Amino acid sequence: MAAVRRLSAVPIRRCHPLFLLRSFSSAGSEPTITVETSVPFTGHKIDPPSRSVETTPSELLSFFREMSLMRRMEIAADSLYKSKLIRGFCHLYDGQEAVAIGLETSITKKDAIITAYRDHCIYLARGGTLVEAFSELMGRRAGCSKGKGGSMHFYKKDSGFFGGHGIVGAQVPLGCGLAFAQKYLKEGTVTFSLYGDGAANQGQLFEALNISALWDLPAILVCENNHYGMGTAEWRAAKSPAYYKRGDYVPGLKVDGMDVLAVKQAAKFAKEYALKNGPMILEMDTYRYHGHSMSDPGSTYRTRDEISGVRQERDPIERVRKLIFSHELATASELKDIEKEVRKEVDDAIAEAKESPMPDPSELFTNVFVKGFGVESFGADRKEVKAILP
Amino acid sequence: MLTRWIEPASTQRKDVGNCQAQGWMRGFLRDGEEIIVKFSLALRKVLPTGSALPMNYSTATKEITVREALNSALDEEMSADPKVFLMGEEVGEYQGAYKISKGLLEKYGPDRVLDTPITEAGFAGIGVGAAYYGLRPVVEFMTFNFSLQAIDHIINSAAKSNYMSAGQISVPIVFRGPNGAAAGVGAQHSQCFAAWYAHVPGLKVLTPYSAEDARGLLKAAIRDPDPVVFLENELLYGESFPVSAEVLDSSFCLPIGKAKIEREGKHVTITAYSKMVGYALQESLFSKHKSIFLLNHIKAAEILSKEGISAEVINLRSIRPLDRATINASVRKTNRLVTVEEGFPQHGVGAEIGMSVVEESFEYLDAPVERIAGADVPMPYAANLERMAVPQVDNIVHAAKRACYRSVPLAATA
Repeated sequence: MAAVRRLSAVPIRRCHPLFLLRSFSSAGSEPTITVETSVPFTGHKIDPPSRSVETTPSELLSFFREMSLMRRMEIAADSLYKSKLIRGFCHLYDGQEAVAIGLETSITKKDAIITAYRDHCIYLARGGTLVEAFSELMGRRAGCSKGKGGSMHFYKKDSGFFGGHGIVGAQVPLGCGLAFAQKYLKEGTVTFSLYGDGAANQGQLFEALNISALWDLPAILVCENNHYGMGTAEWRAAKSPAYYKRGDYVPGLKVDGMDVLAVKQAAKFAKEYALKNGPMILEMDTYRYHGHSMSDPGSTYRTRDEISGVRQERDPIERVRKLIFSHELATASELKDIEKEVRKEVDDAIAEAKESPMPDPSELFTNVFVKGFGVESFGADRKEVKAILP
Repeated sequence: MLTRWIEPASTQRKDVGNCQAQGWMRGFLRDGEEIIVKFSLALRKVLPTGSALPMNYSTATKEITVREALNSALDEEMSADPKVFLMGEEVGEYQGAYKISKGLLEKYGPDRVLDTPITEAGFAGIGVGAAYYGLRPVVEFMTFNFSLQAIDHIINSAAKSNYMSAGQISVPIVFRGPNGAAAGVGAQHSQCFAAWYAHVPGLKVLTPYSAEDARGLLKAAIRDPDPVVFLENELLYGESFPVSAEVLDSSFCLPIGKAKIEREGKHVTITAYSKMVGYALQESLFSKHKSIFLLNHIKAAEILSKEGISAEVINLRSIRPLDRATINASVRKTNRLVTVEEGFPQHGVGAEIGMSVVEESFEYLDAPVERIAGADVPMPYAANLERMAVPQVDNIVHAAKRACYRSVPLAATA
C-alpha cells in the first residue's frame, strides 16, 4: 500500500457524478492504490480473478460521493412515498449501491444494462439525473419517461440503459437479446442483465442462457442476491441457492456485492470473458436495507438484528469511508461536507421535481405506437374522449 | 332459440370436377315452426367471369401461392435491410416447418437465419431485446398456440415499451406464424389468437388472406417500427392467387390498418379475415390448384347472389388497427352486417365489429348484427365434430339471409 499525500486541496465538486470521468488510466497524475477485496472470489468452471484491485484516490472519493448520493436518493424516495407523492410501487436499492457503481466503473456507456424494478440507482449510475428520477417517481412531465412509466420503468437508451422491467425474470432474455444485437452489429460491447435471487429460478432465464451459450453471446447475467425474493428467503425458494453455479455449463463467479472494488474487478473480468467466450454469471452477495417495496416493512421475514448487523459489518459506503481514512485521502469533516452537499443536491432536485407539472392529458394517447397511421384511440367513454394516434 | 342440425350428405373431401353435394338443414324458428330446407350445392370448376371478378386483379399475369408470397417478402426485406433477421424453430436447416423460409439460410447465412431451441419464452424475449437495441427481428412461432409460452414478452416487453418509456424504447419486431385451425390437429393446436392480441394497445395485428395480402402486409410489418403480430393460416399456404406485376415488385407494400373490399355489394356486409375471406367470397378465379376442400370453394357471396342477395365482402387485413371507417361506410350502404371469424365467439373480433357498428352507424342498421364464429368449444378431433366447430360456407349464407330477413325462402326469387 503506497502512502499517499492527503488530497485536501482536491476540489470535491469535481467529483459530481455528472462530470465524473472514469479515465483512471491516466494515472500519471494520480497514484494507484491497491486494495484487497474483502473476500476472495469463488469461481464455478472458471479461474477467478485476483482479489487485488487497483484504484485511485479520486476513484475512491467518487465512489463515496456517488454511493452517498444514491443512498440519499432512496431515503428521500421513502419519505416522498410516505407523503403520498410517489404512488404505486417503489422498490428501494439502499444497501446495494456498490453493485451499481462497481459495474459502471468497468464498462462504457456503449455497454448495455437491463435490470428489474429496483432500478433507480442503476439509472443514476448510467447517467440519469436526480430531477428526472424524482419527477418520474412523482409522475411529472420532467420524468425520464415523462411520467408515464413510474418507478419500475426508468430508461436511458442513449447511455445503454434499457430499463426498468416490471415482470420478474423477463429482463434476462431481453438482456440476452441486447447482447445478441451487440454481437450482430459487431460492436465489441457487452450486456449486463441484472436479476434477483427470486428471479434466478425463472425458466426463461435458463432458456435465454442456453441460447446465449449456444450462440456465444456477450451476455453477463448478474444475480443481485440480496437473499430475499420479496419475503421468501433464498433457501426457501431455491434448492440450490448457489446462484453462480446455476448456469451449470456457463461459468460463474461469486462476488462480495457490498465491496465496490470487488464488483469493479468482477465486472472488468466478466466483460473481457464474455467478449471472447460467451455468457457468464456473476452472483453479487448483497443486501437491501428496505423491504421488498414500500409496502413491505421488511421485518416479518428477517430480524432487525440481521439488518443492523449487515449495516454495521458490510455497509458499502462505510467500507469506502474506511478505505479513504486508512489511505488518508480525506478527513472526516471533508466526507461530512460531501454528505451535506449530496443531501442538498437531493433536496434541490426534489424541489425542482415538485415544480414540474403532471403530463398534459393529451399524453394519454402519445407513444402507443411509433407510427399510428392516424388511427383512432379511445378514452373510457369513447363518445367523449377520442384521439388520433399520429 | 334457434337450433340447427346439420347432416351433410357427403364428405367435404371430393375431387375437383363436376359433382354435386347435398346438404340439408333443419331449422327451428322461434315460433317453433319447423322448416326443412334443402340445398343443392353445385360444385363447378372455377371459371373466369368478368362481372364476378374480385377487384384489382386487372393485369394479373402470374399466380403465386401464399407460401411463395411470404417467402419472397421475407427474402426481399432481408435483402433490403441488413438489420432484418429471422429466428424460430426449424426456420433454417429444415427450411421452415411449413417451408415459408425455404432457401433463406443458404442465402443469408446462419447469422441472419437462426434455428432456435424449443424455448419460446427465451427466444421471443431475445428477439424483443434485439429489437430494443435497434435490430429488426422476425420471430416465427411454429403456430401461434405456442406463442402463449412467450405471451408475456409480446405484451409486456414488446407492446407496452414504447408507451412506458415515452418513446425511448421502440420495438420494431414481427411475430409471425400460422394461426387458427388447421385440419385434424386437435384442441391445443387450433386456436385463433386474433382477438387475444388485438385486445392490446401497442400491438398491430395483421391477418393476410391472399398472396397479395401476404406479400404486402408482411413487408409492411417488417418495415413498421412497432411490434406486429402477423397471423397467417396454414391451410392458405398452398393456395394460389393471381398477382399483378405491382404486387411482385420489391417495393410493394400494403397499408396497415386498411381493410379491402374484396367484393362490392348492396344488401349485406360480410366482414371476414384470413381463411374465412375465401369462404365469404369466390376464390381465385384462375386457380387450377386441386384443393381437397372443394366444398368450400362455393363461396357464400356466390350462393347469395343466386338468391338475389348482393353481399359486400370486406377482407379486414388488419385486426388492430381495425378499419372501422371502411366497415361502417359499408354498413351505412348495405344496412346489414354479418361478421365472420374462425376464432371463439365470446369477446371475439366480431363482437368488436358489431359494437363499433352499433356505436357509429346504429340508425343505418335494418337488422341486428349477425355473428358467425367458431363453436364455443375446444377444437375436437373427429372430422364431423371438427366441421361443426369451424364456420362453414352455409353458416355464412344463413346468417346473411337472417340479416336480410330472408331465412324463409320466398316463393318467388327477388
